[in-house]
Amino acid sequence: MSAVTVSRTAGRARVGSGGAAGTGKATQGRRQRRAAFWFLLPDSLGLLVFVVVPMVLAVVLGFFRMDGFGSFEFIGLGNYVRMVGDPQFWSSVRITLLYLVGVVPAIFVVGLALALLVQQRIPFVGAIRSALFVPYVISLVVVAMVWEFMLSERTGVVSRLLGAVGMNDLAFLGEPNLALGTVVVITVWFQMGYYMVIFLAGLQDIPGEYYEAARIDGANAWQRFRTITLPLLRPTSFFVVVTATVSVITGGLDLVFVLTGGGPAGSTTLLIFYVYEQAFLFGELGYAAAIGSVLVVVLLAWSALMFAVTRGGRFDND
Amino acid sequence: MTDTLPRTRPQARRRRQDSRWSRPRVALMILGIVLGLLTIFPLVWMVTGSFKTAAEVNSASLLPADPTLDNYRYVFTQVPFLRYMLNSFIVSATVTVLALWFHSMAAYALARLKFKGRDTIFLLIFSTLLVSLPVILIPTFVVVRSLGLVDSYAGLIVPAIFNAFGIFLLRQFYVSLPAELEEAALVDGASYWRIYRSVILPLSRPILSALAVFFFLANWNSFVWPLTITSDPDLRVVQLGIATFQQQYAGDWNYVLAAATVAALPTLLMFFFFQRQIVESIKNAGFK
Repeated sequence: MSAVTVSRTAGRARVGSGGAAGTGKATQGRRQRRAAFWFLLPDSLGLLVFVVVPMVLAVVLGFFRMDGFGSFEFIGLGNYVRMVGDPQFWSSVRITLLYLVGVVPAIFVVGLALALLVQQRIPFVGAIRSALFVPYVISLVVVAMVWEFMLSERTGVVSRLLGAVGMNDLAFLGEPNLALGTVVVITVWFQMGYYMVIFLAGLQDIPGEYYEAARIDGANAWQRFRTITLPLLRPTSFFVVVTATVSVITGGLDLVFVLTGGGPAGSTTLLIFYVYEQAFLFGELGYAAAIGSVLVVVLLAWSALMFAVTRGGRFDND
Repeated sequence: MTDTLPRTRPQARRRRQDSRWSRPRVALMILGIVLGLLTIFPLVWMVTGSFKTAAEVNSASLLPADPTLDNYRYVFTQVPFLRYMLNSFIVSATVTVLALWFHSMAAYALARLKFKGRDTIFLLIFSTLLVSLPVILIPTFVVVRSLGLVDSYAGLIVPAIFNAFGIFLLRQFYVSLPAELEEAALVDGASYWRIYRSVILPLSRPILSALAVFFFLANWNSFVWPLTITSDPDLRVVQLGIATFQQQYAGDWNYVLAAATVAALPTLLMFFFFQRQIVESIKNAGFK
């Protein structure tokens, strides 16, 4: 439909441009405006209804007590007051921060180390890269199942391997002190390939002459890494930290849902899982929306910061 | 890393550096192979386990002593697995096609057309970049419910189409194209729609195919949204199907592993055939 409209205006504009140059330019401006309107319409409408409205609604719903059956009642700041005094909320914030502190540095170091390895001209490097990347394409539901199978107490392959080297069996998913650490390791396992590829792209952008020059000056591998690789990789590193942070805050829901269900004893209840739990297990949609709106505000602030720092998403060097 | 070895004559050094099979490189290769095998081990363990009998599935041997297809036969006869896969395919393919179409249109306007308010619109779209579906799951559910789309294909498909990420990447790509591209067509009086169709789209084939693989994988793997928006077993997508299956057959690992392998197989196949596209789209996502 938009095609018809646009070409009709195009035809008109052509007639217009046959006249004086000034009016032709004005018509062309109008033509562009109308075309832009139709080109932007589907996505703008969709983003409005399915992203912007929900974002606003998260805040609005936060002022209501609302259950899963659609009845609601205005309670002002009630949900937010409740949040401040809710130990489970604060526990989920703490667990999310621990998850963040566990995953982001690990993924940074592992991703960069793997990129440095597969950047080398070594035999079978293509196959090695593929193997390191492949967990990333697997769904988190399957990831959760496979690890649950491997980590089964007594019968799982991990427990057998530990037994074979004389170590005690550990309940990696059943012990509150271990479960979050296990989730961190699994997260690093399936995400490291993604960050490896990003770092690899960053490494390939560093001109080889720099290394040649450093080599001639007698710099060793560590010195070259510290004085050339790390500084020139700064835009990539920044991008990795930003995306890893966001994906850690917003991701993990599928994994926790299938792997641990937030347990044992709430030890893997990430904030995003707590929101889900409140909404769909306890039917507290209003309270869940209020918690969610905090996340929305945090992420909007992140975006603003990112936009400012990168001057509109340009992660390249200045 | 290669020159931590003592250096001898320049000629010998060059020979060693040129050769992929020099000693340090072989050492790195061994390290890489060990890490690679460790990484894929869980997936190999899943696949081989799916061919083991119930009695053997908890054994510590990698290969089944007595390989069997019974687990697969059981999974496909006990639950409508083909239906689940068909549902996932319909949803993923539709989302991918519509998303690429809409995003490329929006990106074209934002990158190549001049109009008032363009920067504001771009800023607004950018501001939603980090707000993904899990974060706004509850309000989105409320919106979709009030539109009457609970338990429908539309409810699975439509909300998954819109994200700023695809628009952003395509816009970056279109901004980088030379300005002369459209000029000739514009002088000939072509409409902007025709320029988009016959100049811009053909040029964006590589980036579109990269994004297509990426979008399809993401939607094939999606779990929480289908879980939230559907309860009708006929609308069950494959991830939801295997999660439900696991709940019913908890402990019957031979069956669960077969179901998981079936769900993972399409993504593994896509990876082997479209690895380059997947890697390309991740590199593009580096905002370069």
